[in-house]
Amino acid sequence: MQDQDFILQTRGLSVYYDTKKAVTDVDLDVARNRITAIIGPSGCGKSTLLRCFNRMNDLIPSARVEGQVLFDGLDLYGHDVDPTEIRYEIGMVFQRPNPFPKTIYDNVAFGPRINGFQGNLAELVERSLVRAALWDEVKDRLNASALSLSGGQQQRLCIARALAVEPRVILMDEPCSALDPIATLAIEELMRELSEDYSIVIVTHNMQQAARVSHYTAFLMVEEARVGFLVEFGESRQIFTNPEDERTEAYITGRFG
Amino acid sequence: MVRADFDRSLEELEAELIGLGEMVEKAIVKSMDALARRDLALAYEVVAEDDQIDEKRFELEEKCINLIATQQPLAVDLRTLLAVLHIAVELERMGDYAEGIGKICMIIGEDESVETPQQLPQMARMGVAMLQRSLKSLMDRDTDLADEVWDSDDEVDALYDAVCHQIFLDMGQNPKTIEAATHFLWVAHDLERIADRATNIAERVIFVVTGRIGRYKPPRELN
Repeated sequence: MQDQDFILQTRGLSVYYDTKKAVTDVDLDVARNRITAIIGPSGCGKSTLLRCFNRMNDLIPSARVEGQVLFDGLDLYGHDVDPTEIRYEIGMVFQRPNPFPKTIYDNVAFGPRINGFQGNLAELVERSLVRAALWDEVKDRLNASALSLSGGQQQRLCIARALAVEPRVILMDEPCSALDPIATLAIEELMRELSEDYSIVIVTHNMQQAARVSHYTAFLMVEEARVGFLVEFGESRQIFTNPEDERTEAYITGRFG
Repeated sequence: MVRADFDRSLEELEAELIGLGEMVEKAIVKSMDALARRDLALAYEVVAEDDQIDEKRFELEEKCINLIATQQPLAVDLRTLLAVLHIAVELERMGDYAEGIGKICMIIGEDESVETPQQLPQMARMGVAMLQRSLKSLMDRDTDLADEVWDSDDEVDALYDAVCHQIFLDMGQNPKTIEAATHFLWVAHDLERIADRATNIAERVIFVVTGRIGRYKPPRELN
C-alpha cells in the first residue's frame, strides 16, 4: 500500500499514565475507508491507543503521549492543533450508548449547532439518521426522548450524532458489547456500509466480530516486561486464518488471554 | 488450560479420522486379497463393509460441523477442522475404490484362467503405504513426511502406464481375454486413484501446517 492510502499513522507511539506505561512504541497504519480492528487481552492498551487518535487521552490529567500520530500527514499532537477541532474530524462511539437526555432530533443536531452550522439542519439530521440506518424507525417521533429508544437504536443514534458533524474517521470502542446479537449484527452491517465513506477503527473483545467486520486487524499484547505493544498487524482474513506470530495464534484460538 | 474441552474434542476427532483411515486401508488390502485368491466371499465382505466407511465419514462430518458451529474456531483450529472434513471425504472415496475392486472380483468370479497383472499388487502396496504416510504426516504435522507422499505417486503412475500398456498388448494378442482384461484395467485405475487421493490428503496436511491453499507440488531435491 502507498502512504497516501493511510488516513492515520502512529510512529513510535507510547502512552503513560503517570509513570506507568500503557502503550509501547506502536507503529500502526490505518487505511482510508477501511475498517481496522484492534484486538488484544484486557489491559493491553487498545482503548488507550484508540483514544490517541482523537486526543481523548488529553482529558485524563495523568496521561502523557510520546511519539507521533499523523492524521493525513498532520501531527495530531502538534502545538497548533486544537483537540476540539480534531474531534469533529475524528468522531467516537463508546461502549455504552450515551445519548443526551434530549429529543432524538436534538441529539443529532447537537454537534452541528455547537459548530454554528448554517445550512439546512433538518436535512442534515435526516441524512445522518438515514446513514446510521435509524431514520425509518424514528422519523415519526423525532421529538421523543432519545432515552425511549432501545439499546441498539441508542447506539445507532450515537453513530448518527457522530456522523452529523461530518467526520472523516469514526473510532468505536467496543460499540456492541452492551447490545444483543441482533442489534450487534445491525451495527456491524452499518459499519460495513459506512466504511465506503469513512475510515473506521474499532476496539473489540469479540474475535468473531473483528473477523466478520474488519479489513485489517492489529493485535496488541501485554507481557510482564512490556505493555501495549503491537504483535501483529495485517489483513484480517490472514490474521484469522493463518496468523504469522504464534502469540496471535494462541490469542485468537482462545489459548490465552 | 483454556479450551481444554475443545482441545479434547479436536484430539478425539483426529483419532477417529485415523480410525477411518485404518478401515479404508483394511478394505484396500482385503479387496486385493480377494482378487489374488479369487475369493468371492471376501470380495462380498469388502463391498458390504463400505457402508460402515460411508457412515463414519458422515459421522465425522457432523462432528466437524458441530465444532465449527459451537466453538467458532479460528486460525489453526479452523484449518484443522476444514482439513478433517476434506480428508474424511478423500478417505471415503478411497473406500469406494476398494469397494469397486471388490465388485470387479465378484464379476471375475472364480475364473483363474486370466492371470492378474503383476503390477497390481505392487500398486496396491504402494497406495497403502502412501495412505499410511499421509495420515502419519497429519498426526505429526510433518510437512517433510507429507512431501514424501508424492515420491511414490510418480512410481504408481509409471506402474499404471505399464500395466495399461501390457493389458492392451494382451488384448491384441488374445482377444478372448478382452473382457477379463477390461476388468483389470478398472482395478488399475482404482489403484491409481487411491494413490492420487493420498497426495490430496498430504496437500491438506500442508494446508493445516502452513495455511497454503491450492495445488501443491513438493520441492524436489536435485540429484
